[in-house]
Amino acid sequence: MASFELICPAGTPAALRAAVDAGADSVYCGFRDETNARNFPGLNFSRTELKDGIAYAHARGRQVFVAINTYPTAGNPGPWHAAVDDAARAGADAVILADIGMLHYAATRHPDLRLHLSVQASASNADAIRLYQREFGVRRVVLPRVLTVQDIARLDQEIDIETEVFVFGGMCPMAEGRCSLSSYATGRSPNRNGVCSPASHVRYEDKGDRLVSRLGAFTINEFRQGEPAGYPTLCKGRFIAEGKTSYLFEEPTSLNAIDLLPELKAAGVKALKIEGRQRGKAYIGQVVATYRQALDAFDRNQPLPLAALASLTEGGRDTTGAYGRAWR
Amino acid sequence: MAMTSATLSLGPVLFNWAPEVWRDFYFRMADEAPVDTVFVGEVVCSKRAPFFADPLPTVLERLAAAGKEVVLSTPILVTTERERQAVSDLAATEGFRIEANDLGCLSLLAGRPHAIGPFVNVYNEGTLAWLAGRGADAVSLPSELTRDAVAALAKSASGLGMTAEVQVFGRLPLAISARCYHARAHGLHKDGCQFICGRDADGLDVATLEEAPFLAINGTQTLSHTYAALVGELDELKAMGIGRFRLSPHACDMVEVARLYRDRLDGRIGTADVLARLTALVDKPLSNGFYHDREGVAFAGGA
Repeated sequence: MASFELICPAGTPAALRAAVDAGADSVYCGFRDETNARNFPGLNFSRTELKDGIAYAHARGRQVFVAINTYPTAGNPGPWHAAVDDAARAGADAVILADIGMLHYAATRHPDLRLHLSVQASASNADAIRLYQREFGVRRVVLPRVLTVQDIARLDQEIDIETEVFVFGGMCPMAEGRCSLSSYATGRSPNRNGVCSPASHVRYEDKGDRLVSRLGAFTINEFRQGEPAGYPTLCKGRFIAEGKTSYLFEEPTSLNAIDLLPELKAAGVKALKIEGRQRGKAYIGQVVATYRQALDAFDRNQPLPLAALASLTEGGRDTTGAYGRAWR
Repeated sequence: MAMTSATLSLGPVLFNWAPEVWRDFYFRMADEAPVDTVFVGEVVCSKRAPFFADPLPTVLERLAAAGKEVVLSTPILVTTERERQAVSDLAATEGFRIEANDLGCLSLLAGRPHAIGPFVNVYNEGTLAWLAGRGADAVSLPSELTRDAVAALAKSASGLGMTAEVQVFGRLPLAISARCYHARAHGLHKDGCQFICGRDADGLDVATLEEAPFLAINGTQTLSHTYAALVGELDELKAMGIGRFRLSPHACDMVEVARLYRDRLDGRIGTADVLARLTALVDKPLSNGFYHDREGVAFAGGA
């Protein structure tokens, strides 16, 4: 039996098929509205596309999870409730939820629907996770990226549900679902709108010798002529504190926990997740195929394709984030 | 909820003040500030908590003797065994109400009346009703909520018999991390941080590359540079059914801040006067953008 289940992102039906073809055990996706945390223009699934995507995956023995992981707006829960109802009707293998009201709704209305707790719920300790299990029957928790592998190992011992962790792709240095930085600068937030540092508020300004990237009214970074200009995600910008300029929160880097597979296995982690529903099908196919190869090699005690993965990270730089000791 | 019943609360001190400064701050608030409820507790960093253990009992006693309702606030981010133990010790404290800032704490409070802090994601009526069903009788709403959401939740809270609260003064808590940005800014490791965050009583200013003020860091927490000031909005909030208004402590004269808000709530002073005096007190821009469904940094004008 494989050590890990490989969970892969899909922002489009084509990406879903690419992920399945490349060896994903499960694919996660969302509806084309504010009910999911990757609510970007031109992305996500209609009801029909989801149904077709599920049929494609099921025909090949794979699963599809539907992320409904923003926080419903007070006074307007309709779109979120409809998303759960429609995911259940379409035959989704699980829904990934963050909001307590939504978990209660899903557990009450769809008792047979498998519930996963989204990383956006930021459940970072056994007491919280047990509460979600006991009260709503949650079967799996996607752990926030604030824990060390040691924390994860201890946690896994203390809970009776499966753990899933992010291993590759974009990462938040902040506890997920507990961050209003984006809405402070733009009025649009992950929790309410399913967006962070939205493209609608991004501007690049040519200053002659340098290119300045802005989010809303704020400069996030600047680049010399010819230097590749990164996307101005707020927490990956350069700022001045204590008279020094630095990537104060996090460098423009990607998570890559491939080196930690033995520790993650020993910690009892059930599923490994790749970030990137906003990515195109070519990237998805490449990352999933490489990770599939890596996990198969890991199971056979063979060398891992480390270089191939490193070439897929943001700016060629990667980090193990909070998992290692670097943040202590 | 009657218009006259609006009360003021003082949120927990978010910053790493020296224990004697912290103690004297609460003594003065007990003696002089017209606040009804005081939330006490180290919610940002578990490493700081031991410093306040000494003065804590005296502070709680003094506040209670002054007739304040005292509530113990639990940490925002709980990951380590030591942090979990600290929460369960807090929850077991007799004679005080608890404000839960993390879901893990709720298991320990089941069936006992308690408050839900602003760091628990309460965005809608479904969540609020579920929490009320487990014994929550007060909620401090997250700061990024818009007027429409606040109105809907205030109405829902009234129906559930809960007190709903909104932060109306102080820097906005925007994010929490496992990483310590104060240590990082000073080239230190979190484990060897030298408690460097103690140097910045209101947080360490973070500016853009063009030196525009933007954020403030407070250890593992990131706050706004601006000070939230919902003043012209108070009458509307009261009319919605918001029963309590939270002032988040800063190093400025918090007794004066509390008096200004009390006087505004009681109609003794106008919005423009309060805003002018707050601006002079904090010497930083004010903001109310979240409430007005704009970027949080914005200030949408007074009345």
